[in-house]
Amino acid sequence: MSKSLFQKVWDAHAVRTLANGQTQLLIGTHLIHEVTSPQAFGMLRDLGLKVAMPHRTFATVDHIVPTDQFAEPFSDPLADEMIKELRKNCQQFGITFFDRATGKQGIVHIVGPEQGITQPGTTIACGDSHTSTHGAFGAIAFGIGTSQVRDVLATQSMALGRLKVRRINVTGRLRPGVYAKDVILHIIRTLGVNGGTGFAYEYGGEVFDRFTMEERMTVCNMSIEGGARAGYVNPDETTFAYLKGRPYAPKGAAWDAAVARWRGFASDPGCTYDDVVAINASEIAPTVTWGINPGQGISITESVPDPAKATAADEKASIEEALAYMKLKPGAPIKGTRIDVAFLGSCTNGRLSDFQEVAKFLKGRHVAPGVKAIAVPGSQGVGVLCASLGIDKVFRDAGFEWREAGCSMCLAMNPDKLVGDQLCASSSNRNFKGRQGSPTGRTLLMSPLMVAAAAVMGSVADAREVFGVSAN
Amino acid sequence: MALAKITQITGRGVSVPGNDIDTDRIIPARYLKCVTFDGLGEGLFADVRRNPDGSEKPHPLNEARFKGATILLSGANFGCGSSREHAPQAIQKYGFRAVVAENFAEIFFGNSITLGLPCLSAERANIARLSAAVEADPSLEITVDVAKQEIRFGGQAIKATLRESARDALVNGRWDAIGELIEGLPVAAATAARLPYMAV
Ligand code: SF4
Repeated sequence: MSKSLFQKVWDAHAVRTLANGQTQLLIGTHLIHEVTSPQAFGMLRDLGLKVAMPHRTFATVDHIVPTDQFAEPFSDPLADEMIKELRKNCQQFGITFFDRATGKQGIVHIVGPEQGITQPGTTIACGDSHTSTHGAFGAIAFGIGTSQVRDVLATQSMALGRLKVRRINVTGRLRPGVYAKDVILHIIRTLGVNGGTGFAYEYGGEVFDRFTMEERMTVCNMSIEGGARAGYVNPDETTFAYLKGRPYAPKGAAWDAAVARWRGFASDPGCTYDDVVAINASEIAPTVTWGINPGQGISITESVPDPAKATAADEKASIEEALAYMKLKPGAPIKGTRIDVAFLGSCTNGRLSDFQEVAKFLKGRHVAPGVKAIAVPGSQGVGVLCASLGIDKVFRDAGFEWREAGCSMCLAMNPDKLVGDQLCASSSNRNFKGRQGSPTGRTLLMSPLMVAAAAVMGSVADAREVFGVSAN
Repeated sequence: MALAKITQITGRGVSVPGNDIDTDRIIPARYLKCVTFDGLGEGLFADVRRNPDGSEKPHPLNEARFKGATILLSGANFGCGSSREHAPQAIQKYGFRAVVAENFAEIFFGNSITLGLPCLSAERANIARLSAAVEADPSLEITVDVAKQEIRFGGQAIKATLRESARDALVNGRWDAIGELIEGLPVAAATAARLPYMAV
């Protein structure tokens, strides 16, 4: 019988059926960070439990690190306590920690792939909702809560009900100036922020066949913003080429065996899905959010919705709430909206190709007066690569602050925060109320190049016009 | 580890209306700077309840008449966004024993059940009816019946559902899976032994 990748990976990792009907699912790879793990280690200690397979858990520190200067002790005593706690837990339980001194520290969803830990046909869990990122490699990757972090530490498994699978085909070609970020913002806008409840999304079609691994990661990253617990792309030559030679990738004869195994996990042609959605790539435009959830997006050429024109009472109320918070005028074009801050980074768009693409166009341009622009590589590794290519210099010359690796202003658990009701053009993944550190701060999600265009113009702009983009 | 069988919760309600109430709103990120979950109840809905200077904003949880409520009522897609267990932890530590909404984001739902915090879905019109009754009489006694999947108040009953695996786990006292997972550890180890990437 033909099966989807999801089914194959699930079947290979199903341990047994639990009394309530859920599956005890083996988690092959467990990633942890400082925010959601300390309580889990505390629970282990309280219960007198050990870590079952410490060699299958990997740790990094990302949310709380200051990015202007990494100097310990951190000036924030709570943040300092968190990094010390993580270090202590990893030491005590024998877990590999990509601490700062290893040169491998960074956002957990950037570090896993970069180190070759993220592999096809595996199950991955992390106490972080954007764990869906790792699905780009043909892994089934779940964000979990802290009690489940405890479960995975103690038993290398967790209790889970099987998901349905929705295949999303993106066919045709993307137009110039349209990026992976626009694809996922478009998908979420189309299917809704809870359209994916109960599903894993399988992304495919010509657009994904052509996408690089970094582009696939950008899309899979935001699956959770569409309500899907997981998102993945079937492994192919692009996947294998990316992994080859990475520190944790198999070597020699083991490599060939692994590739053969990985190939076998791809969804069989003709397998059945619970749902199939088709999207035409040529209909996707550079997309910007105007509201307070990632589904509230429009194309750069469109206007902010007018609640008066809403057909359903519900829709009207949600537009009104969003516009009141965002302080945007109903029916006004999004283009030209003045911004205060430009943020380039995060696990969605903080990889080498993101900075590389922007640098291509940013040369010789300058951030508009009054705009604070920061660029934050997603990992130390990304930072080093950017430096070796002179990309950091392009950003600095253009008036960006070039920072050290971390989550930074994506959720502002470190000192990088919006102030008051500042409006931020952001390459991150969430535009919730207060997300970027100020209870009244405002976020517009968009692709990295659109962030750069907004930074240069001082207002939301069409990157295609600002930079004369004619070919992708 | 014997767990309580959670078959029904009786108490007073409070409605926090709205759709897509995300976990950043339930517990803002700065409250995540902690190494234990103690004291998280303080941060529940912090930014919508209080101004930066600490003074209170108008919010149902700030109203004296709703103090002591143990059943939280809300709208669609409750708990979307971040996987932070801090969100259900804050709700529970604040004193809530059950949440009733139109529907829930998946990770939030799972996290809540694992804490023994039932999350039941009801139709919008029914939640509106229940909320109106609470508004009219905050001392109204409400029973959230997990076993029977219904909510009773003031002589009426409305349907309120939850996934069968979660209902089973709550009413049979196995909502925290850790005990069962530990029992299955030898089978998990055998499964791992068949997967080359998990070799030591
Ligand atoms: S970059 Fe943002 S979304 Fe990604 S892990 Fe960090 S805080 Fe979460």
